[in-house]
Amino acid sequence: MAAVVLSEAEKLYIVHGVQEDLRVDGRGCEDYRCAEVETDVVSNTSGSARVKLGDTDILVGIKAEMGTPKLEKPDEGYLEFFVDCSSSATPELEGRGGEELGTDIANTLYRVFSCENSVDLKSLCINPREHCWVLYVDVLLLECGGNIFDAISIAVKAALFNTRIPKVRVLEDEEGTKEIELSDDPYDCIRLNVDEVPCIVTLSKIGYRHVVDATLQEEACSLASLLISVTSKGALTSMKKVGKGSLDPESIFEMMETGQRVGKSLHTALQKILDEEESLGTSRPKVGFLG
Amino acid sequence: MAAVTMRLPAARGPLGSSAPRGAEKHLVAPGDTITTDTGYMRGHGTYVEDDKLIASVAGVVERVNKLVCVRALKARYNGEVGDIVVGRITEVQQKRWKVETNSRLDSVLLLSSINLPGGELRRRSAEDELAMRDYLQEGDLISAEVQSIFSDGAVSLHTRSLKYGKLAQGVLVQVSPSLVKRQKTHFHDLPCGASVILGNNGFIWIYPTPEQKEEEAGGFTTNLEPVPLSDREVISRLRNCIVALVTHKMMLFDTSILYCYEASLPHQIKDILKPEVMEEIILEARQRLLDLQG
Repeated sequence: MAAVVLSEAEKLYIVHGVQEDLRVDGRGCEDYRCAEVETDVVSNTSGSARVKLGDTDILVGIKAEMGTPKLEKPDEGYLEFFVDCSSSATPELEGRGGEELGTDIANTLYRVFSCENSVDLKSLCINPREHCWVLYVDVLLLECGGNIFDAISIAVKAALFNTRIPKVRVLEDEEGTKEIELSDDPYDCIRLNVDEVPCIVTLSKIGYRHVVDATLQEEACSLASLLISVTSKGALTSMKKVGKGSLDPESIFEMMETGQRVGKSLHTALQKILDEEESLGTSRPKVGFLG
Repeated sequence: MAAVTMRLPAARGPLGSSAPRGAEKHLVAPGDTITTDTGYMRGHGTYVEDDKLIASVAGVVERVNKLVCVRALKARYNGEVGDIVVGRITEVQQKRWKVETNSRLDSVLLLSSINLPGGELRRRSAEDELAMRDYLQEGDLISAEVQSIFSDGAVSLHTRSLKYGKLAQGVLVQVSPSLVKRQKTHFHDLPCGASVILGNNGFIWIYPTPEQKEEEAGGFTTNLEPVPLSDREVISRLRNCIVALVTHKMMLFDTSILYCYEASLPHQIKDILKPEVMEEIILEARQRLLDLQG
């Protein structure tokens, strides 16, 4: 993760500010920075989304391809995550530096989505044991401005909401060979239900309190963080502790409660904006990357 | 109590109707032809191809008699003697510190260019060299003045006055160097209750106004007491105002920051960074500045 170097006095200023619930940019401990969400930015994907959370910029593209189901789950499709940390995100990610961070993020995403009912995988099945839809989720980290996990999870949820998978029919021949027929209408597609898709909330411990949506400077002051994935109903699907410091079990409980509370408001805000975007339909002015 | 705001992106257009001030500026992008007249000498930011003078950076064309150059909008800091800069120590070497000042090369702060604690004036000894890390460590912020420029363009700094030295608690904002206006003084004690140092290299340091001026310190003792909440609010508000000014590419100087601060008072501190609130504040500040000018 990108790290800024701060002087001891600056760190002290930040820590004392957090104690008094006034961060450097005027936010409280549980406030997010203003986020911009846009879906359908990449035309040759099944679904895409771009999220800008302060300085952090994430692009997610989802491609639906046909594959064979996994042996242990023959009547379900599955998701594959791949994270690419662009070298322009921060100087440390130049060359091969981004690979470690990328695999770390991808593993976290697998863990978050390992819960059975996050995505309705049975709807991705075409032919049990033979054909299913595989959703390749590609995450591109364009700029790192702190709190990348949250932004990535928001972008993945928005992209899944935007994903359109074409409807297929399975036709059986006289000889028993199955043929897959794609419908002619390009708008005839299935959409995914994203109500149970979790979002990650990162809580960073700074001093005696914890903050949500830490900037790079605040991340430099925090020794330990807790990554919690929360669904829209407030259910916790996974939890991960990062950082070299230690966390008291008491503070872990407090952070979990805060995470659930903040996670629910995050989901409501995101769903509202996605519905708003959907309702604008084709009349929505597309900003994309040239805005 | 959590506040999460999300919005759809909006294409950023020109803010209001910015009246042309004086002559129209000749703006160019890389690859634009500046002129096809071969009588001109080419300066920085230009190159000649097929008898045409073409810009290599995005910026404003400046012409002095026969010399044509393009001043880039966003460029690294180019040091000039006498500039005030705010920098961060990156390395501690033998008899010198390397300071990061957003320029092409790290700036240099020689051991002989700092004030020793206690205001002593003596030759630097080997003990001083070994104790360098006690004065300034990696990550420390300092305010300094440019003493000279090396032949390769690296800047040599000095802190040989009581007003320069290590910076204590406060907030650093990094902006483009071209947005900091050159003025007589870059240390301002704003009437709203905080002080600000506008470094020419684009590093802006906002800090609580010290109670009394410390004479003996020479700038090396750091005050580690917690800053009161009222001062923090002023500092956070100033920081957001500066970010707002920079987002709208307005020049930073004490009056513009103050007008922007006063225009932002009706809003909450964290709301200043919302695009629509930012526009409103900037329009008001811009209007006041125009009224001030004429």
